[in-house]
Amino acid sequence: MAITRDDVLHVAKLAELGLTEEEIQRLQQQLNAILDAVGKVSELALDDVPPTSHPLSVVNVFGADEPRPSLPLEDVFANAPAREDDLFRVPPSA
Amino acid sequence: MPEWEPVIGLEIHTHLKTRTKMFCRCEAGFGAEPNTRTCPVCLAHPGALPVPNERAIEWTIKLGLALSCRIADRAVFHRKNYFYPDNPKGYQISQYDEPLCIDGKMSVPGADGDTEIGIIRAHLEEDAAKTIHVGGATGRIVGAAHSNVDFNRSGTPLVEIVTQPDIRSADEAKRFLQLLRQTIVELGISDAEMEKGTLRADANVSVRKQGETGFRTRTELKNMNSFNHIARGIDAEIRRQIQVWESGGEVVQQTLDYEVKSDTVTARRRKEEADDYRYFPEPDLVPIEPPRDLVERLESELPELPGVRIQSLKELVGFESALDLVSTGNERKARLLVEHGLDWTTAANVAMNQLAAIDPLPANGPALVELIKQRERITREALTDSFASSATTIIDVKDVLAQTVVGDASELEPLVDRILAASAAQVESYRGGKQGVLGYFVGQVMKETQGKADPKIVNELLRKKLDS
Repeated sequence: MAITRDDVLHVAKLAELGLTEEEIQRLQQQLNAILDAVGKVSELALDDVPPTSHPLSVVNVFGADEPRPSLPLEDVFANAPAREDDLFRVPPSA
Repeated sequence: MPEWEPVIGLEIHTHLKTRTKMFCRCEAGFGAEPNTRTCPVCLAHPGALPVPNERAIEWTIKLGLALSCRIADRAVFHRKNYFYPDNPKGYQISQYDEPLCIDGKMSVPGADGDTEIGIIRAHLEEDAAKTIHVGGATGRIVGAAHSNVDFNRSGTPLVEIVTQPDIRSADEAKRFLQLLRQTIVELGISDAEMEKGTLRADANVSVRKQGETGFRTRTELKNMNSFNHIARGIDAEIRRQIQVWESGGEVVQQTLDYEVKSDTVTARRRKEEADDYRYFPEPDLVPIEPPRDLVERLESELPELPGVRIQSLKELVGFESALDLVSTGNERKARLLVEHGLDWTTAANVAMNQLAAIDPLPANGPALVELIKQRERITREALTDSFASSATTIIDVKDVLAQTVVGDASELEPLVDRILAASAAQVESYRGGKQGVLGYFVGQVMKETQGKADPKIVNELLRKKLDS
C-alpha cells in the first residue's frame, strides 16, 4: 500500500502544516521508504503472532498517587514563544 | 400519525478526584494559579515519559464493577491524535479497542418498573488543558484575537462511560444520569458535579417509528450543563427530528449545541475533515493486566448501590420520593430519622425539605425525631434553629421543648388588648381600610412573647377584636 500524494496532503492538513511542492514530493518518497522498510516484516509467517504494541514483556507499571513538586513558573515558560501573564499565548484556533 | 420512538445513548465523562494527574505526579485539584501545576510530562516536553496513576486505574475498575462490567484481562492505552493548543503532545492518551471495563449494565428504576441500560465500555483517559479565547466580539472561539492556555488541567484523569442506545426518553436519560452520578459519588472516586464540569454528558439521539428494528441517523448533542438541560435538550432534538422526518426531510449526522434560552438546538460549524484520530497503541506505556486479586478485593468492597436501594425504598415512600432521596443524598438523613422511630413518610419529607441543606450529626437523631414529633407544640424558630444547629452541636431537647408555642387564647387576650389600647392611631387606620396594619399588631405580639405566640391564634384574636 503506497502513500499517495493525497495521503501526504491529508496528514499535513490534520497537523496544520503548510508544505511546499518540493516538500510534498520529498515527504511522499520518505514515507513510502519507511513503509517499505517496515513492510519487510510481512514477509515472515506471523499469522499466529498477536500484534506487538510494545517490545517489553512488562505489564502494570504504575506510580503511586502521591504529589511531587511541579515546575517553577520560570521553567514552565522557559521555552514558550509567547506568554501573557502566567498563560501560554497561542494564535487563535478554530 | 405513526408513533415515534426516541433512541438515546449517552457518553459521560467524569473527573477522578485523585490527588495527582493521570500520567505525572503534578497535583490534580482545581483552583490553583494558572500553570503552577505543570511539569515536563503534562506540558509535553520532548522525552518526558508518562507513568499511569495507580489509584486512577483502581477507581476505574471499581466503577466498572459497580456498572456490572467485565474487567478486561488486558487493557492498553492508545494515542488519539488531533491538533489543538490544549493538547501540546498532538495526541491525547486514551483507550481505544482494549478498554479497562467492557459490557456492563445499569438498572434504572422507573414508576412502572425498571429498565436495563447497557454499558458498552468505561475507559480511562487524560483531560486537555484549558483554553481561554481572548478578544473577538463575544469572547468565543470565532473571531478571537488569540488564545491563552492554562495547563493545570492538562493530563488530569477522566473516565469515559458509553451506554448502549437503550434509553427511550429524555426523562429516562435524566434518571440514568442521576443514578450514575450518585453511584460515582458514593464510590468516592469523583465529586461528579455538572456545574463544576467534573461530570459532563453528551447525548446521541435518533428517532424511529414504533416497531422499526434498525436505527436511523443520529445526531450528537453537546454542551449541556445540568440534568434538566440534558433532558430539555434531548426533548428539543427529538421534536426537531420528528418534524424533519414528517415533513419529508432527512436527518443528517451532525453535532449540535443546546441553547437553553431559545430551547432549541443549533448545529456546530462543520469541520472540513471528518474526525480522523489515527489511533495507535501508546508506545510509552506498557499494557495493564488487572490482577485477579485486586479485582476481587475491589468487588468485595462495593457498597450497596443506589439502584438497589431505590428498589426497596420505593415500597416505603413511593417511587418519586425514593428516586429523590437517593439521587440527592438526602436518603441517609431520612434513614437516621427512621432509625430513631419516625415514620418513613414524615422522615422522607423532612429530609428533602427542612434538612435538605443540613447534614445533622448522627448523635442528634433521637433529639430530631423527638422535636419533629412535637413540632406543633414548639415555636417555628425553635424548630428551625434546632435543625440548623443539628449539623454542628448536640441538641438539648428539654431546652428546645421549653420554647413552647403560646396557643392559649385566654393567655394572649390581655396582651392583645394592651397592645391595641396603646396603638390608637394604627387601630384607626386599620378600621379605615388599611388591612396591612394587621401585620404590625402581629409583630408587636410576637415581640412581647419573644416569638412564642402561635401566629394563627394571634391573627384570629386580632381580627375578632378589630373587626367587631
